[in-house]
Amino acid sequence: MTAINDFLAMGGYALFVWPAFGLAAVVLVGLWLGSHRRLRASRRALSLIEPERRARGGEP
Amino acid sequence: MIGTFAAIVGRDVTLAVRRGGDAATVVAFFVVVVTLFPFGVGPEPNLLARIAPGVLWVAALLAATLSLDRVFRADLEDGSLELLALAPCPLVVTVLAKVLAHWLTTGLPLLLAAPVLAILLNLPWDGFEALIGALALGTPSLSLIGAVGAALTLGVRRAGVLVALLVLPLAVPVLTFGVAAIEAALTGQTAAPHLMILSGFLLGALALAPWAAAAAVRLALD
Amino acid sequence: MSWHLLASPARFMRYSERIRPWASALALGAIAIGLYQGLFASPADYQQGDTVRIMYVHVPSAWMALFCYTAMAVSSAGYLVWKQPLAEIAARATAPIGACFTALALATGSLWGKPMWGTWWVWDARLTSVLVLLFLYLGYMALADAFDDPVKGGKAASILALVGFVNVPIVKFSVDWWNTLHQPVSVARMDGPTIDPAMLAPLLIMAAGFTLYYVALVIVRMQALVLERRVRALQQVAAGA
Repeated sequence: MTAINDFLAMGGYALFVWPAFGLAAVVLVGLWLGSHRRLRASRRALSLIEPERRARGGEP
Repeated sequence: MIGTFAAIVGRDVTLAVRRGGDAATVVAFFVVVVTLFPFGVGPEPNLLARIAPGVLWVAALLAATLSLDRVFRADLEDGSLELLALAPCPLVVTVLAKVLAHWLTTGLPLLLAAPVLAILLNLPWDGFEALIGALALGTPSLSLIGAVGAALTLGVRRAGVLVALLVLPLAVPVLTFGVAAIEAALTGQTAAPHLMILSGFLLGALALAPWAAAAAVRLALD
Repeated sequence: MSWHLLASPARFMRYSERIRPWASALALGAIAIGLYQGLFASPADYQQGDTVRIMYVHVPSAWMALFCYTAMAVSSAGYLVWKQPLAEIAARATAPIGACFTALALATGSLWGKPMWGTWWVWDARLTSVLVLLFLYLGYMALADAFDDPVKGGKAASILALVGFVNVPIVKFSVDWWNTLHQPVSVARMDGPTIDPAMLAPLLIMAAGFTLYYVALVIVRMQALVLERRVRALQQVAAGA
């Protein structure tokens, strides 16, 4: 039990170490999710406009 | 080509003088910004003397940035920029001429106003020589960097704050060494190394900025 | 924009989609291993204690901040010289990633600096030039988006990226050229790293993980930009018809 507590305490520097890693996680994961969401949105937008065009007889 | 260069400088300076407001507005802004600080931080003379180099430089930087709009935009709007780009004189030379005109109507008045304002901020006498020297070397660099920012934002509507966002990070080295030169003189050391770095920066800006600005102008004219 | 202009982007879409899953998986793996080693399996520093573990996110972020700007500048140069539209798309896709890494480097550095130096921030050459780097990223993104015509925006931003590249060597050598509070170079040195090998390994693994993360994410962002431009082109055609 104390081993885990010691680890979490980070030698007394927990207030600095964990926010640093936490911030890194938030930023990197956030950027990841945001970028993938944008890609999905663009795919959706393209799929909406392409079949409509093809249906009207436009050239690819 | 030198004839064309001189002609463009003369034209731009004449237009700026005729518009009257411009150079005076820039200097007035400089004065107002500097004058705000005693109101903001209190009139205690030693404190003002301590912050004087930084305040003078930041105010000069902001005042120079304020006036960048007119380097190219007026000419773009009335079509003369297009004609200048098509002229036999290379666009780089034209840009350089316009930058010189900008400095003559902005940087030079700032340079003349600075000692007066330095007295208001209680700057010790030791710092005056370095102040003039640093501003003399720094304000042309600011005009050069500013011209690049002004040219890049030509195609943007309402580009005002964007120009500042682009120019100020690039101007940080000028600011850093300009202030350092004055502080060195105030502590009895020589300002020469800092002034030499400012000269180096100016030479670098002279070499790169006209090309970048000319490319940006051409982009805006397409 | 006509179809043949998008033909090589189409090839890009096919090939990049093959690389992307691998890059993502490897990035995740490397970061996981790096985190394990950095947080558990590596020693604390005899001077800095456990705060040294912040190094395992701070240093790779800083390296990526410079790497991304260099990639952005090289792509921009390629775009201005060879007019390859994918190069401009690559630069645009890189910018937000680089900005995030720069901000992360500054924030984690601040969290490391407070216990070590006693201050959250100091205006020394290294920190100031990295802050300027962040402003350059933000300026690039702001300029590119400020134009109605995205092609013009891309060109203007490319010029800005190149002009701002002078800051990259300043950041890199700032700790050598000036007396800074920030510590001098300890990894990429002429006579080899001065850092303990037990700490060097997780550091390099995290750096590899971050680089693979960049590869995966820049592909995702580039794909999104390619598709968005295709949509815009089709909308313009529809509007004209």
